[in-house]
Amino acid sequence: MASTAVSIEDVSKRFRLYHEKYTSLKERVIHAGRVPYEDLWALKNVGFEVSEGETVGILGRNGSGKSTLLKCVCGILQPTSGRVVVQGKLAGLLELGAGFQPELSGRENIYMNGSMLGISKRDVDRMFDSIVEFAELGQFIDNQVKFYSSGMYVRLGFAVAVNVDPDVLVIDEVLAVGDERFQQKCLERIKQFQREGRTILFVSHSADLVRSICDRAVVLAQGAMIGMGTPGEAVRIFREQLMAAGDVLNLPEVPMSSTPTDGEGTIDEAQATAGMLRIEDGRPVRLREVAIVRADGDDRPYVVPGESVTVHAQFDAARPVEGAVFQLEVRSNEDSLIFSTDTEVMGLRSDLVAGAGSIDFVLESIPLADGTYKVCVGVATPKGMSDWREPACQFEVMNPARTRGTVSMPVRATIAEAP
Amino acid sequence: MALEAPAQKPDAGTARAAFGATPNSVANRPKTTRVVSADVTVLDRLREIWRSRELLIYLVRTEIKVKYKNSFLGLVWSMVSPAMTLAVYTVVFGTFLKNGIPNFVIFLFSGLLLWNFFQTGVLTATGVIVNNAGLVKKVSFPREILALAAIGSAAVFLFFQAIVMVLFMLVLQSPPAWALLWLVLVALVPTFVFACGLGILLASVNVYMRDTQHLVTVLVGAAWFWACPIVYSYQQDVSPRLADHHSTLHTLFAVIYFANPMTPLVMTFQRVLYARMGQVPLTVPVPPGTPPVRAQLLPSWPVTTYVWADAAVFVGSVILFYVAMIVFGRLAGNFAEEL
Repeated sequence: MASTAVSIEDVSKRFRLYHEKYTSLKERVIHAGRVPYEDLWALKNVGFEVSEGETVGILGRNGSGKSTLLKCVCGILQPTSGRVVVQGKLAGLLELGAGFQPELSGRENIYMNGSMLGISKRDVDRMFDSIVEFAELGQFIDNQVKFYSSGMYVRLGFAVAVNVDPDVLVIDEVLAVGDERFQQKCLERIKQFQREGRTILFVSHSADLVRSICDRAVVLAQGAMIGMGTPGEAVRIFREQLMAAGDVLNLPEVPMSSTPTDGEGTIDEAQATAGMLRIEDGRPVRLREVAIVRADGDDRPYVVPGESVTVHAQFDAARPVEGAVFQLEVRSNEDSLIFSTDTEVMGLRSDLVAGAGSIDFVLESIPLADGTYKVCVGVATPKGMSDWREPACQFEVMNPARTRGTVSMPVRATIAEAP
Repeated sequence: MALEAPAQKPDAGTARAAFGATPNSVANRPKTTRVVSADVTVLDRLREIWRSRELLIYLVRTEIKVKYKNSFLGLVWSMVSPAMTLAVYTVVFGTFLKNGIPNFVIFLFSGLLLWNFFQTGVLTATGVIVNNAGLVKKVSFPREILALAAIGSAAVFLFFQAIVMVLFMLVLQSPPAWALLWLVLVALVPTFVFACGLGILLASVNVYMRDTQHLVTVLVGAAWFWACPIVYSYQQDVSPRLADHHSTLHTLFAVIYFANPMTPLVMTFQRVLYARMGQVPLTVPVPPGTPPVRAQLLPSWPVTTYVWADAAVFVGSVILFYVAMIVFGRLAGNFAEEL
C-alpha cells in the first residue's frame, strides 16, 4: 500500500464578500462595525486523500471551489479550518508564468522560479538544459521575459514546473493554452510522471482528459464534495449534477442529431476533384436528419456500455436508385476509426424509389467504455458516393463500472481453490 | 443530491507504481512534509523561511537589478542619492545654520548610514506585499520572504554607502576608533532585527489598511528621523536640557527619548565612526585672540554602556520580531483574497 502524498483533511474555506471594500483608515472608522459582508463558503468540509503515484482529477462547474482547493493545497490560501498535508516537493501550475519577473531574462527567471519551488541553484543548474529544451526557447533564453510571446511564456512556465523533479504536481486548467503540439508534449510528460510514480492533482473542464489520464476523480459542487470514484463514475456524477442544477450542458459541437442546413451534405469538394472520391453527378440520394435514438427513450445525454443505440437517418431520393448502399462509421474523439460497416457488407440490398425514406442502424450493444464518439453516415449508388456526413452526430458513453480502458468487455472471474 | 463517496481505497495508482516502477521512480526517496493550515507555529514558519533562503537571495538580487535596469549609472545611483542628502545638510548646517561641529560630514554620515538602511528597509517592506500582489496571489512561498528581501536589499545599499563613507573618511582624514570597530556590528545586528520585525509587521497590516504606507512614510521619514540625534549632537543639544532640571517632566522626556530604539544604535555608530571624544574645538568664529569655543559632542560613556543599550534594543527587537511573525502568520492566510 503506497503512502499518502496529499491529505486534505476536512478543509473549509470562507471568503468574506464585502459589498463595498473599505481599506483606508478613514473608511474603516466611518464604517466601523457595520461593514456589510456576506460569508461565502468556497469549500465546505472537503476531505480526501491522494496516494503516492496516483493521478486525481477534480471536476466541477465554475465557482464550485476547484481552484480554491488547489490554492489551499499549494499553500497560496490558508484554509479557514482543516488542514492540508503534503508529503514531498510540490510544484503548482495554477497559472502559467505566474511569478515571472518581466524585467529579468528567461535564464534568470528559471532560477528565480526554481527557487520559489524550493530548488537549489545547483539543482537548477543540472536541469537547466532540459528546461530550455522542453520550452523550445533556444537563443531567446537570454531575452527579457517581457518581450516573450504568450506561447513562450506558457512553455517556459510548464517547462520549469515539470522539470524541477516534483513529487506532487498540481495543474489547474493550464493545458488549454499553447498549441496542439505542445499540449501533446505536456500530456506525454504527465504520462511519464505517472510512470515514475509521481502524484498529480489535476483540474480540468475536459471530461475526456480527466477520463484519459486520471486514476480517480473528485466532483465538487458549491464547495462540497459530492462524489468521488473512477473517472467515468465521477464524470457521470458531474453530468447528472449539471442536469439537476438545470444548467446548460457544455454541449458538444455536434449534437445528438443534425440536419443539413441547406440540403447540402459535407462531401469534400477538393477531395472529389482530386479523384479520390467518386461522386455521382446530381447526387440522387441526399441525407436529411441523422439522429441517435436510444431504446429506452430516456433523455439523459449519455449512453452506458451495453446499451442498444439506433442511428436513425432520413433521406430523400430524387429518382429511383437501384443498389443503394448506406454506410455507417463510428470514430473516436481523436478521429480514429472504431467501427465501420455498410448495408452491402451486411448483405442488405436496397432499391430506392423516388421520395423520402429512412434507415435505422441498430447497434445492439455498445461495447465502448468512457468517451465521446462520432457517428458518420453516408449513402452511395453503384455510380459513386451520393452523400456523406462527417460527423453526422455524436454520443457520449459513460461507464458506471469501475473498469478502465477504451472498450467494455463482459468479464467474469472464477477462482478455483486447491482441494 | 449528495452522493456518498465510496470509502474504497484507490488501488489504481498504487498498482501502477508497484508494477511499473521505473529505475527513476520517486516513490522511495525521502520527502519533506508541509502542512497548510490556519495555525502554523512561528517555529514552522521560520523553518519554511530558512528553506527558502535561496529565494531570498534571488529576490534581493532582482530588486537591485530591476531598480537600476536600463539606467546608465546603475548602482552608482545608490551612492549618489545619500551623497546628495549629505551635501545639502552639510551646506545648510555648515554654512547657514552653523552648528560648528568639526568635520560635520563625517558626524552626519555616521548616523545617516544606519538610519538610511533602517528607513529604506522599513519603507520598502511596508508596501512589499501589496506591490507584489501578482506573486502573492499565484505562487506559494513564505510571504515573510518578501519583507525580508526588502530589508536585505536595503542592507546591500548600506554596503555601497559604507564604501562612500570610507572614501569620505580617507579624504577628510578622519579615522574611526579602530579599537572599537566591532561595536559597529553590535549596533548593526539589533538594527537589522528591528527593521525585519517592523517591516514584517507593517507589511501585513498594510494589506488590510492601505493607510499604513502613507502613515509610515510620514512618521518614519519625518518625525522619527528628527527624534534621533543624527543631524544634531545628543551630548551638545539634548543632554544639557535633560540634565539641567531634575523635574519629572524632564525625566519623562529622557525616558521617551531613549525609548526610541534607534537612538542608542545611531549613537553607537557615531561613537565608532566619528570618534571625537572629550571637548572638541568648534568651528564657530570667535573674536581674535580668544581660544576657540569647545564643546563635547559625544557622551563620555564607557563602551559597556553602548553594549548594554544595544543589547537591550536587541532583546526588544527579538520580541517585536516574534510578535510580528505571529501577526503576519494570522494575516497572511487571507493575503491572496484581500489583494
